[in-house]
Amino acid sequence: MKDLHTITTTVNGKTYTREAESRMLLSDFIRHELGLTGTHVGCEYGVCGACTILYDGHPTRSCLTLAVQANNHTIETVEGLTTDPNKLHPLQQSFQDAHGLQCGYCTPGILMTMKAFLAENPNPSETEVREALSGNLCRCTGYQHIVDAILRMKDEG
Amino acid sequence: MKPAAFKYIAAQSLEHALTLKAEYGDEAKFLAGGQSLVPAMNLRVAQPGVLVDLNPITGLDFVGLRINEGLGIEDWGLTTIPNPQSLILHIGAMTRYRTLERSAEIAAQCPLLHETMPHVAHPQIRNRGTLGGNLAHADPASELPVVMLVLNAQFKAQSVRGERWIAARDFFTTIFTTALAADEMLTEIAIPLSTDSDAGRTRTCFMEIARRRGDYAMMGVATSITLNAAGVCTNAKLGYLNAGDTPILATQAAQTLIGQVIGDDHIRAAAAIAHDEIQPPGNIHASVAFQRHLAGVLTRRAIKEILEFRF
Ligand SMILES: Cc1cc2nc3c(=O)[nH]c(=O)nc-3n(C[C@H](O)[C@H](O)[C@H](O)COP(=O)(O)OP(=O)(O)OC[C@H]3O[C@@H](n4cnc5c(N)ncnc54)[C@H](O)[C@@H]3O)c2cc1C
Ligand code: FES
Ligand code: FES
Repeated sequence: MKDLHTITTTVNGKTYTREAESRMLLSDFIRHELGLTGTHVGCEYGVCGACTILYDGHPTRSCLTLAVQANNHTIETVEGLTTDPNKLHPLQQSFQDAHGLQCGYCTPGILMTMKAFLAENPNPSETEVREALSGNLCRCTGYQHIVDAILRMKDEG
Repeated sequence: MKPAAFKYIAAQSLEHALTLKAEYGDEAKFLAGGQSLVPAMNLRVAQPGVLVDLNPITGLDFVGLRINEGLGIEDWGLTTIPNPQSLILHIGAMTRYRTLERSAEIAAQCPLLHETMPHVAHPQIRNRGTLGGNLAHADPASELPVVMLVLNAQFKAQSVRGERWIAARDFFTTIFTTALAADEMLTEIAIPLSTDSDAGRTRTCFMEIARRRGDYAMMGVATSITLNAAGVCTNAKLGYLNAGDTPILATQAAQTLIGQVIGDDHIRAAAAIAHDEIQPPGNIHASVAFQRHLAGVLTRRAIKEILEFRF
């Protein structure tokens, strides 16, 4: 018998109510139930960081969170960074300007991680940026341009 | 890579959680930060029938200092301490790593724990992972069990039957296994704090070597050294992670330091003994011989760091 739960959650400012099984991961809920496929899934055991979203404002692995745990909580995904399809969020713009992505698979998780990091740490050193990035794997860039993109945010305030 | 089916219950209170655990026993697992349990469930290594989610419970998330009036006091608040000689740091089991690493009380009163926190996993994991979940998971490769061992921490276990305190040295029984009974929850961690006195001053250090910041370390050492007014070492603890089935104290190695005005010869001797005394498992990242080598190097570095810079 399926263990079904009613989940009411606010994602990117919009409130959704859906029914889901307790075994459904938040990453699958966001992608398959809400259709927000910007959140990527790489490993499903917490190591790659592609699925990172903001859970009550804090970067969190959506693959290590159950969908039912989003009930009455606030989620932000990469789709929430900007509402205007023609204008990127400054952090996204910085990634474009600094070539901070190639295939882009890791990018949504890194953007959500860095959004919270920069809010707490507006003027980070390169070492701090690299430590903050330790939980996000990128197979393409070698990280240098990602670090550059984040450090550029300092200058642009 | 999806969990097997289970029944999810959001615990509404500590009593509710304990009642459920008493009812379901080993069939149920508590869900704390989920940063070890959910990966294990995704990989189907763990297939609990019932998940009791502790996250909705309020009151299990706190950091506070109290005078030692005997353990089990109900006041969890931060108090002004007239007699700082018997301070105890109390931490609720559901306190997240992000709170511990940002706590001013911990930075000031428990530098060993403060120094260790940034080494535990990555920022996103630290936003969810809890001290209680980490200790109940009892991974000998983790940083926190060995730190608790070196700090002489006490763990409060609660069940519908009542409560008891378990010393860190009795808590970790073997790999991923603790002294908790099937109906018990770890609810609180109490760490006796050391204060400088004529009898002695205690200084600590944590060091590890990992391939990447935040990864499980190949080897790590938590060290505590007490010197009296004459500079003689009156107590020493050398604790190692990833060095056996539980966090390991190298007691013979520490013995070479006690009673001495510690010099280079003592440090070398302690490192050599620790190298042999620990029982590292070895894995694809580091062979047993390499782990032992790292333990020797870290032992020397940590003792020197304490003696040269921390007194
Ligand atoms: C990518 C990654 C890297 C990591 N790196 C490290 C690292 O370098 N060092 C490190 O130490 N850890 C690391 N971890 C593990 C992390 O620290 C976990 O958060 C921690 O081990 C478990 O804490 P939790 O709160 O998430 O517990 P959970 O995963 O929720 O629970 C763990 C176990 O403890 C039980 N449990 C939980 N709370 C209680 C309680 N109060 N009483 C009784 N039983 C309880 C659960 O039923 C479960 O069996 C890493 C994890 C990931 C995903
Ligand atoms: S998919 Fe969640 S961390 Fe890799
Ligand atoms: S850009 Fe391809 S994985 Fe990072």
